[in-house]
Amino acid sequence: MNFSSKLIENAVTEISRLPGIGKKTALRLTLHLLKQKAPVTSALTEALIKLRNEIRYCAICHNVADKEVCSICESTKRDKSLICVVEDLPDVLALENTNQYSGLYHVLGGVISPIQGIGPDEINIASLMQRILHPPSGTPVEEVILALPATMEGDTTSFFITRKLKDHGVGVSTIARGIPVGSELEYTDEITLGRSILSRIKYSAE
Amino acid sequence: MHLKNLELIQFKNYPKVQVEFSEEVNCFFGENGAGKTNLLDAIHYLCLTRSALLPLDSYHVMHGKEFFTIKGDFESHQQPLSVNCVFESSKKKRISLNGKPYQRLSEHIGLLPLVLIAPDDTLMINGGSEERRKFFDGMISQTDSHYLQLLIRYQHYLKQRNALLKRFAEEKRTDKAQLLPYDTQLVSLSQAIFEKRAAFLTEFFPYFADHYRAISGEKESVSISHESQVRKDNFSQSFAQSLERDVLLKRTHFGIHKDDYLFRLDKHPLKKFGSQGQKKSFLISLKLAQFFIFKMIKGTKPLLLLDDIFDKLDDRRIFHLMDRVARKEFGQLFITDARPERSKEILRNIQADTRYFTIKNNRILADESN
Repeated sequence: MNFSSKLIENAVTEISRLPGIGKKTALRLTLHLLKQKAPVTSALTEALIKLRNEIRYCAICHNVADKEVCSICESTKRDKSLICVVEDLPDVLALENTNQYSGLYHVLGGVISPIQGIGPDEINIASLMQRILHPPSGTPVEEVILALPATMEGDTTSFFITRKLKDHGVGVSTIARGIPVGSELEYTDEITLGRSILSRIKYSAE
Repeated sequence: MHLKNLELIQFKNYPKVQVEFSEEVNCFFGENGAGKTNLLDAIHYLCLTRSALLPLDSYHVMHGKEFFTIKGDFESHQQPLSVNCVFESSKKKRISLNGKPYQRLSEHIGLLPLVLIAPDDTLMINGGSEERRKFFDGMISQTDSHYLQLLIRYQHYLKQRNALLKRFAEEKRTDKAQLLPYDTQLVSLSQAIFEKRAAFLTEFFPYFADHYRAISGEKESVSISHESQVRKDNFSQSFAQSLERDVLLKRTHFGIHKDDYLFRLDKHPLKKFGSQGQKKSFLISLKLAQFFIFKMIKGTKPLLLLDDIFDKLDDRRIFHLMDRVARKEFGQLFITDARPERSKEILRNIQADTRYFTIKNNRILADESN
C-alpha cells in the first residue's frame, strides 16, 4: 500500500501488528481515528500507555492486577481453601463469567511442552506449590481443581501437578469433560463422547 | 465403492484436468515422467488425506503456484460422497466431505478404503522395520479408527519425551518427575497398541497364507511374526530400566515404535534367503490379503491402484492377478503402464468395462477407442 503521508503509514503499520487485523482494517481504523475529535484519540492512547505502564500481575496467583495482589485473592468473600489452576488469563475470565465458582485461581502462564522448550520451571508451578504449603491467607488449601486444556499437553501438566501434590494431603480434582449443553450426541466427536461415557456420573432425580 | 470422476487444479504437473472413470478398469498410459503416478497419488490423497510418495504437501503444488485442489465424486454403499482436498502453502490442508470440512483429518481415514501396489513396495522386505510398521499401521488404521487415535497420541507423547531427554542432555541433569507423565502414557498406550497389532495379525495371516499358496504354487511355508518389546514379561519395569540408555542416546528406545514384523520362508528370513520370485509373491500376497480383509471388514471393495506393476512382475503373477480381475473379484481398478500395447494385450481377453487414457503434455486424454 502506498500512502501520501508517512504518518498514516506508521499508524497503519503499528495497528496491523495486532492479531486479526490486516492492512485494510488498519487503514480504516486509522482514518476513523483521524476523523474523531482530538480527545477521543488521546483517551485511547492514554489508556494504552497506562495499561502498559501500570499493569501488574498478582504476586499470589499471577492474574492481572492493579495492585500487588489481585482483587480476587484479596476478597474476603472468596473461599480460600479452593484453588483452581488454569493455563492463562482468559480462562480466569471465562470461569468468572459462569458465576459458579467462588474459590481462588492460579494462572500457570502455559502448559508443559518440551518440544516448545516449556518445562515446569518455565511456568508458575513452583509458586503454586509455595502457596499450597504456606498459604498467604493462613487458610489451609483443601482442594486444587485442575482446569487445564483437554489436550495432551494439558493432561501432562495435570499429571505432573497431581504427582507433586501427592504427599501433601491436598485433594486434587479436574473439571468434567463431556458433551456441551444443548448439543446432540450424534454430532459430538467420538473422543469426547467416548470419554464422557467412560466417566459417566450418577444421575440424581431429587 | 468407486470413484466416478476426478478434478485436479495445480496438482504436481497438472494445471487443470478433469477425468471421468470407468467403474471397472482404468488404464493410464504415458511416457516416464508424464505424470501417471501423480494421478494415482491424487486418488490416494482423496482416500487417505495424504500422498503415498512424499509426506510434505507443499511438494505437490505445481511449480511456481500457491495451492492445489483435488476433487472427486465417489459412490459407496449407494451413497454419493464428494471429497474435496485443498492445500494452500503456509496454511493447513483442508479436506471436506459433501461440503462439510473435517475438524480432524484422521476422521476421514477408513471411509474410502484403498490398496496401492507400487514398485517401492519392495522396501517392505529390503527396508527397515519402519516400512513394515507403516504398512501394518496403515492397514489397521483404515479398519479401526480408535487405533489411529492411539497411534497419534503415542507419537505425540514420544516426541515430547524425546525433546525432554534432549534438554536433559544439554542441561546435564535428569528429572524423573518430569519424565513420569510421559512414561505412564507411553507404557499404557504401548500395551493397547500392541494388543491391537497382535489381534490384527491373527486375523490377517490366514488371508495372506492363502494368497501366497495360490500365487506361488509352491510348498514352502510362510510366516509373519510380530516382534515387540511389549512381549517382555514386565514391560513397564523394562521401560523404566531403559532410562539410563535413553538419557545417553537422547531418545526413547523402548516401546512399540520399535516393533517389527518378521517375514519368513520355511523359518528362514525372507530378506536374506528368499529368491526374487518368492519376494514378489510375498509382496503381492500381502497386498491381496490387504484388499480382501478390507473388503470383508468394510463390506465394500476397496479401490485398487496398480502402479507400473506389469514391468515388475512376471507372466505367472500377472496371470494370477488378471484372473481375479476377470472373475470380478476386484472392484474399481486403476493401472498405469508406460507401454500401452502390453496392457492392452493383457486386458484384451477380460470382459470388463475398460477405459484407456493417454497422458501427454500435462493433459489426460481418453482414448478414442473407449
